[in-house]
Amino acid sequence: MIAGVSIYEILTVTTLLFFIGIYGFLTRKNMITMLLSVELILNASAINFVIMNKYLFPENLEGVYFSIFIIAIAAAESALAVAIIINLYKLVTSVEVEDTETMKY
Amino acid sequence: MNYLYAIYIPLIPLFFFLLLGIFYKKIKPPVSGWLGTLGLLTVFLISAFLAYNYFFVEGKIGDVYQTYVYKSDWMRFTDTLKIEMGVLIDPISVMMLIVVSTVSLLVHIYSTGYMKGDEGYTKFFAFLSLFTFSMMGLVLSTNLFQIYIFWELVGVSSFLLIGYYYTKPSAVAAAKKAFIVTRFADLGFLIGILIIGYYTGTFDFASLNSLEGPAIANWASQSFMGLSVITWALILIFMGGAGKSAMFPLHIWLPDAMEGPTPVSALIHAATMVVAGVFLVARLFPVYYFVEDGFALHIVAWVGAFSSLFAAIIALTQTDIKRVLAFSTMSQIGYMMLALGVSGYYGHEGLGYMASMFHLFTHAMFKALLFLAAGSVIHAVHTNNLLEMGGLRKYLPVTHLTFLIAALSIAGFPGFAGFFSKDEILVATFEHSKLLYGIGISVAFLTAFYMFRLYFGIFWNKQREYKHTPHESPLAMTLPLMVLAFLSIVTGYIHFSEYVSADKKGFEAHLNVPLATIAVTMAVVGMGLAFLFYKKKTTLPDKIADTLGGLYQWVYHKFYIDELYLFVTKEIIFKRVSTPFAWFDKHVVDGTMNLIGNSTVAGSEKIKGMQSGRIQDYAFAFLGGLVILVIIVVYNLM
Repeated sequence: MIAGVSIYEILTVTTLLFFIGIYGFLTRKNMITMLLSVELILNASAINFVIMNKYLFPENLEGVYFSIFIIAIAAAESALAVAIIINLYKLVTSVEVEDTETMKY
Repeated sequence: MNYLYAIYIPLIPLFFFLLLGIFYKKIKPPVSGWLGTLGLLTVFLISAFLAYNYFFVEGKIGDVYQTYVYKSDWMRFTDTLKIEMGVLIDPISVMMLIVVSTVSLLVHIYSTGYMKGDEGYTKFFAFLSLFTFSMMGLVLSTNLFQIYIFWELVGVSSFLLIGYYYTKPSAVAAAKKAFIVTRFADLGFLIGILIIGYYTGTFDFASLNSLEGPAIANWASQSFMGLSVITWALILIFMGGAGKSAMFPLHIWLPDAMEGPTPVSALIHAATMVVAGVFLVARLFPVYYFVEDGFALHIVAWVGAFSSLFAAIIALTQTDIKRVLAFSTMSQIGYMMLALGVSGYYGHEGLGYMASMFHLFTHAMFKALLFLAAGSVIHAVHTNNLLEMGGLRKYLPVTHLTFLIAALSIAGFPGFAGFFSKDEILVATFEHSKLLYGIGISVAFLTAFYMFRLYFGIFWNKQREYKHTPHESPLAMTLPLMVLAFLSIVTGYIHFSEYVSADKKGFEAHLNVPLATIAVTMAVVGMGLAFLFYKKKTTLPDKIADTLGGLYQWVYHKFYIDELYLFVTKEIIFKRVSTPFAWFDKHVVDGTMNLIGNSTVAGSEKIKGMQSGRIQDYAFAFLGGLVILVIIVVYNLM
């Protein structure tokens, strides 16, 4: 519980964060920034877990644990993604997503 | 009284077919011939043992020859629709076992000499075994479907053996012709079987032939175009039989089938396979006789009589000795059909049936002998053409004598087998219809004439110069000739009517002296004419041919039946009927299919841009879909 801040305000922030992430994912051409956007989406949902837990079921801790898991998985996932991007860079000397569309059709 | 061992009769040749066929490169010529002959010897011994037991020891219970059936389900679709396989032992099947195994054994022995040095020696014996297997299976069939399967198998073996010299275009054409014509006839057979199956609910010979069975008792219940459906089915089944037995108008394949090796002609196209049609009608004889007062049987009689006369007339003019024999075969099978067609059922009325089977039996012996002797002649002079032969009696004494015996037998000279069986046929025909008797007696005259034309033409006539001095064939070939010559005399003295009759009870048949005298007179006149024309080289036959002019040419070209069929198939069916169909198929049917295919390709060309390969497009589409789903869900919930 944070004094003076209602759940709606925090949810508004996380929603903004979520859609900024989606907007970034859809519009950025650089794979690194797309990865950053994905992290934003993940963070938005992680915050949501904690907030829901804190405001609605303060006697439980599942939401908090879940957000810890999300952080761990996000770290692993971004390590994997960065590894893929580095390999891709060796292949096409670019991190632009438009240069990697050879697998279409 | 267990005849189950009859199952080995078809299985042994099948085994030897597989053995020789699979290892045909490993098994070298003389051995494969001996193996095939050994197999057939076993089959012959089993058949002889079975026949002896059946006819003389234990087959007759009371005064009726029993029918033994051993069968099991082969394919079972439903309780009523099932196909069985098995063996059926009754007088005609046992008689056919003897015919097929005897002739096949002798032909095997003969072939070891005749085919010596041929490239496909092993293959040839493999095919002969295949044929023997199929023919034995056909003879022992218990139901219409089984007989149909073996019927097609003998057709295939015949096709393989006619086309044995497959590098020769005429042999290939003849094989195809034989296959297509008989296949066409078998289409009728199949439809007939299906009609019988549909309306009587059974394919089984025993229940079809039973006098209280569904076919005979209820034939009048369904009719189609004024005739009972069963009659239609019988006519269609006879069509199959006519195709296999080379009855007019489906006879055109038989003369061409002579392209095959001569032992094959003797075995398949003279003694066994071509009488399958007669056997089929005989097998279903009670149905033929009782349904619609024998309407289908009248057709059998008339087709047989006409074919008999037709073939005998053509045989007068042919110069290829094997073709003369082929037309003679057709003529004699016509005789058998005629005899079946005029037969009754009970006791002595069944004379025609018995005469037909008797003639089938004796004919197998003397016609196989004629073919094998002709093969021996061809072996010696390397030509089929009668005009290039003459004066061979000095070079080929055994062949000459055996050929003479066979010719006397087929001409119906007293004392020889053909005399007895032909006499029974003529008596049966005389009692039925004077017109058919007239045809029969004139065929007897023509038969004597053309057979002795052949005999004098080959063995007497003018002395000719041969490139190599002809010499008598080896013992492997002359031994079967002598055995068959012996059989061509003695088989006539079997009291056939006691063993084979329509109602299976047997009866006493006596020689009808007045009718026999007429027949013998006709035969002797025929022989005498042939003696005058062909004993020495004279110009008499040519003069007569010139006088007849167009008529002679018409007969010489086999009444232009082949040309007529070619015209009908090529000019009318292929050009007028098939061409529009082909156009329709190419443009409409194929066009529709191509349209579907092409439009799919064009459509996918258009929409494949959607698969851009850009991850963001996919994500956008995913998100858009999600939003739409959310809107739908939310809207519905509210």
